[in-house]
Amino acid sequence: MTTVNLTINGQPVQAPAGTSILEAARQAGIYIPTLCYHPELRPEGACRLCMVEASGSRGLAAACVYPVAEGMVVKTNTAKVREARRTVVELLLTNHPKDCLCCQKSGDCELQKIAADLGVRKLRFEGGERKSHAIDDSNPSLVRDQEKCVLCGRCIRMCRDVQGMDVYSFARRGFNTIVTPAFGLGLGQAACSLCGQCSTVCPTAAIVEKDDTDKVWDALSDPDKFVIVQTAPSVRVALGEELALPSGSVVTGKMVAALKQLGFDKVFDTDFSADLTIMEEGHEFLHRLQNGGVLPMITSCSPGWVNMIELKYPELLPHLSTAKSPQGMFGAIAKTYFAQKAGIDPAKIVSVSVMPCTAKKAEAARPQLCDSGYRDVDIVITTRELGRMIRSAGIDFAALAEADFDSPLGYGTGAGVIFGTTGGVMEAALRTVADVVAGQSLPKVEYHEVRGMEETREATLDIAGTEVKIAVVHTLAAAKKMLERIKAGEADYHFIEVMACPGGCIGGGGQPVPVDASVRRLRREALFDCDEASVIRKSHENPDIIALYKEFLGEPLGEKAHHLLHTTYQAQRR
Amino acid sequence: MQHIRAHVLVCGGTACKSSGSQKVRDAFARYLEEYKLQDEVMLVETGCHGFCEHGPLVIVYPEGTFYCRVTADDVKEIVEQHLYKGRIVERLLYREPLTQEQVPNYDEIGFYKKQHRIVLANCGEIDPENVGEYIAVGGYEALGKALTQMSPEQVVEEVKKSGLRGRGGGGFPTGLKWQFAKASVSDKKYVICNADEGDPGAFMDRSVLEGDPHRVLEGMAICGYAIGADEGYIYVRAEYPLAIKRLRVAIAQAEEAGLLGKNIFGSGFDFTIHIKEGAGAFVCGEETALMASIEGKRGMPRPRPPFPAVSGLWGKPTNINNVETFANVAQIINNGAEWYSRFGTEKSKGTKVFALTGKINNTGLAEVPMGITMREIIYDIGGGITNGKKFKAVQIGGPSGGCLPESMLDLPVDYDSLIAAGAMMGSGGLVVMDEDTCMVDVAKFFLTFTQSESCGKCTPCREGTKRMLEILTRITEGEGREGDIELLESLAENIKATALCGLGQSAPNPVLSTLRYFRHEYEEHIKNKRCPAGACEKMLSYVIGDDCKGCTKCARNCPVQAISGAVKQKHVIDQSKCIKCGACMAGCPFKAITKG
Repeated sequence: MTTVNLTINGQPVQAPAGTSILEAARQAGIYIPTLCYHPELRPEGACRLCMVEASGSRGLAAACVYPVAEGMVVKTNTAKVREARRTVVELLLTNHPKDCLCCQKSGDCELQKIAADLGVRKLRFEGGERKSHAIDDSNPSLVRDQEKCVLCGRCIRMCRDVQGMDVYSFARRGFNTIVTPAFGLGLGQAACSLCGQCSTVCPTAAIVEKDDTDKVWDALSDPDKFVIVQTAPSVRVALGEELALPSGSVVTGKMVAALKQLGFDKVFDTDFSADLTIMEEGHEFLHRLQNGGVLPMITSCSPGWVNMIELKYPELLPHLSTAKSPQGMFGAIAKTYFAQKAGIDPAKIVSVSVMPCTAKKAEAARPQLCDSGYRDVDIVITTRELGRMIRSAGIDFAALAEADFDSPLGYGTGAGVIFGTTGGVMEAALRTVADVVAGQSLPKVEYHEVRGMEETREATLDIAGTEVKIAVVHTLAAAKKMLERIKAGEADYHFIEVMACPGGCIGGGGQPVPVDASVRRLRREALFDCDEASVIRKSHENPDIIALYKEFLGEPLGEKAHHLLHTTYQAQRR
Repeated sequence: MQHIRAHVLVCGGTACKSSGSQKVRDAFARYLEEYKLQDEVMLVETGCHGFCEHGPLVIVYPEGTFYCRVTADDVKEIVEQHLYKGRIVERLLYREPLTQEQVPNYDEIGFYKKQHRIVLANCGEIDPENVGEYIAVGGYEALGKALTQMSPEQVVEEVKKSGLRGRGGGGFPTGLKWQFAKASVSDKKYVICNADEGDPGAFMDRSVLEGDPHRVLEGMAICGYAIGADEGYIYVRAEYPLAIKRLRVAIAQAEEAGLLGKNIFGSGFDFTIHIKEGAGAFVCGEETALMASIEGKRGMPRPRPPFPAVSGLWGKPTNINNVETFANVAQIINNGAEWYSRFGTEKSKGTKVFALTGKINNTGLAEVPMGITMREIIYDIGGGITNGKKFKAVQIGGPSGGCLPESMLDLPVDYDSLIAAGAMMGSGGLVVMDEDTCMVDVAKFFLTFTQSESCGKCTPCREGTKRMLEILTRITEGEGREGDIELLESLAENIKATALCGLGQSAPNPVLSTLRYFRHEYEEHIKNKRCPAGACEKMLSYVIGDDCKGCTKCARNCPVQAISGAVKQKHVIDQSKCIKCGACMAGCPFKAITKG
């Protein structure tokens, strides 16, 4: 690729031909404000905030879409540019509610930050019409407030291009333009996977997670309730970002301490039930492999993914592992095994989970997930919501002394913790399956064959003499392609891991924003650090899991396990 | 052998059809038979003659007699007197509005005298639904010449040399555009004809498609040969049913005659043309939105580069030109670039078709050489202002254009002069306004249009035009504030500089040009709460003056009983009740009521 030379604000810059002015500027450390641009989405040039002066362009150029050229002279901070940008922000603010102080996105809002950065102090066009829409809370995971929508179209591109769900589109014209599901349906009636990726790219509070923190506060302040909490593997490597720590910080101990300060009676770890998932799913895989079951078997721990296949490919549901997700298994075990062991009436237990995921809210509400005789998981909050709870409780997070998870559902292995990244479930499963097939603890722990960030990865492994072909897929668009290949008979894999979100749970729809590939990389590396630091790195070697089977469940895939730890799927029609 | 001694041409353009030309045509067929003339007089339904104000039009050849406003009831007389007895029916002849002189012949009419018809040469002269008539006047000779005697490079070169510029509004050199598309390497390329004519009052493209569809097909095929495309689309708005019908007929006939399709003229060149009907969004006339629409997507523009010549329809190199541009091509190939470049000015070659509308006597279509003055178009061709009123402004270029005042009437009409004057050529709509027109109201009208036609994608156009419209609205309602003009100017300049597509970038033009030439009108509205043209209803009040004789007629005419007064006493209008309908003033026998 040829390199072109240009100057930006007088500074000589080199960039590959075809690079946008914006990318070239950012690489040179020059910041240009943007709203509709997102590093992981195809640029649209719609918001007109990134305007710059560029030689060769009539008028101002939109830096996000204007390609660099040899000898180009770019100026990003002239009077004309500043006025143009301010006018754009002024126009957006004029048509925007001014409730920033009590907005869910306050502090994380890109529009708010840009307005502050550009010094917009006066709105000259106030007094005219402002858009008026009712809030759409018909979706179990997400809430839309169209009055806060700046029509940047990021949600549309994310949902269509990355997730392949194509739920949103523009409708109507001019000032009346809106972003809407087809036929003006509410998001709850649309064929939405609930993955929440739209909420991670929305620059304002037009799409946010449904806030369930009040339910948690109510439970915590109810003296008759015994409130327990589980935290998903990827929360510990992302929560820090909500609390002013750098991306990739591992905050497990501080998180546990904060949860205890918030008043939870027991703080447990979803890593534990991730190990349990491996026990069941690994054995299910072996069972299918050895008894001519439906193959490829596909993992089922990502509820956005499960929603997608139930919505779009119900004919392929027999490929899904019947093993519940770690959240679901935890819920069933907590109100049975733990309740018995601790001598607590399960009716009094409120089971809360902290998840990287918006779809987990709806997963917990699935009718199938009350095998304990109660609702297995009562309340689901996302990483972002936990961050808000910690801040609102006035906890000085950085200064907290680290604390340990409670027993007996608080110990997870290195295999459990890597559930939080794409490839992690597969790697954890392989660690156990290989040992089970070999009948001994093999020295091999790490499966670098399945690691990586490519959307679809595949490998052929020798599992104690048996050749096993596996694939790892993340993002729903890639998952759709894989399902099409399965339908066409072109996918001769034995085992496939699918996670709905880019990068897996570390890039989940409930994780802190902003997020991009570099942030996800740091979170992922932190997860592998946790794995490497673990004394035990294989699920079947988790002593608490061994005890659970011995004391309570019996055998993997046994009758009790089948009842509590496996589930069913059915086509969703929306 | 049949001897045809006379031709009766009945205009079948949309305007004449809507004023009853179908009945006129049927009546001719009936009476020609009745008078047993059907074998010696040929009846032809043609496309638009352009003189729509005076339709339905009938022209009788060989004399070239031009009959205006012909109704079915007049037909018997024409057949009996003119065709049977050889006497011209004088009462149906055209009268020059200024001299009242009767003009029997087509080419002596003022409206046509200053025109030079290249694009419209066949419109009104041939039957558009008969490929034979097009061929008889030299049709498809240019395609044959290009395919058999010229290389694609030579075709591009000829078009470049002709100086032809895009007639859709932008004025980009057509040959250069073709050269870019030709230079793109691809297994597949497309030619698109933009027939999404949407400017208020503009109907040039419709008339060409209705009157001479083959000329456009031929231009597209020549373009396809030049750039290496084998497929073309005509994006035509669904509101043009007659144009679509005639295009379909033309494509089918051309295919049957081997003038489109596979191996045209045995040259090995293939070219097929599809019609895509647009649903009426103005923004789909923007080339990238148009392509999105053909692809089945929402018609929203995308940033350029990449330009269509590099990545266009379905991501393939594509050349898009407007109807009128393609309609020039065959003549350029036939007669040579040098011939073509004799018309027009140094930088604007050839002719331009304008649609004359508004307060002008001769509304219709006129094709004039570039460089003609606005005054010649409005007065010599257009016949001046209706009802003897005073000229105030002419709006050129549609919603993207600007309003020019009387002082600019001697401006030569070419791309660059118009831009310098704050207007633009646009597609060729000319709206003439008289002294009763309020220029703030005009700006508001065009802003209302662009605002509701904005696709909503980019912030400045979506939000900015809305705010401009709100400011204009309050000014016309007497609520204008000190500083509103500056606010409008600031917003307008920013929208121009930052909007994504041509629609948004040019949307402020009507405001900027009226501010440039009629700033005092804005100031009057804001400072004195007065509309000098007396057009802004909310600021208007009717007042009964001292000439009132107390005849009570106004009080009786008033639909809301806003006028009171005793007989033979001066009457008074209650302004709080008045709905400003003007019935009192219209009916006052003493002209005692004034508005202001």
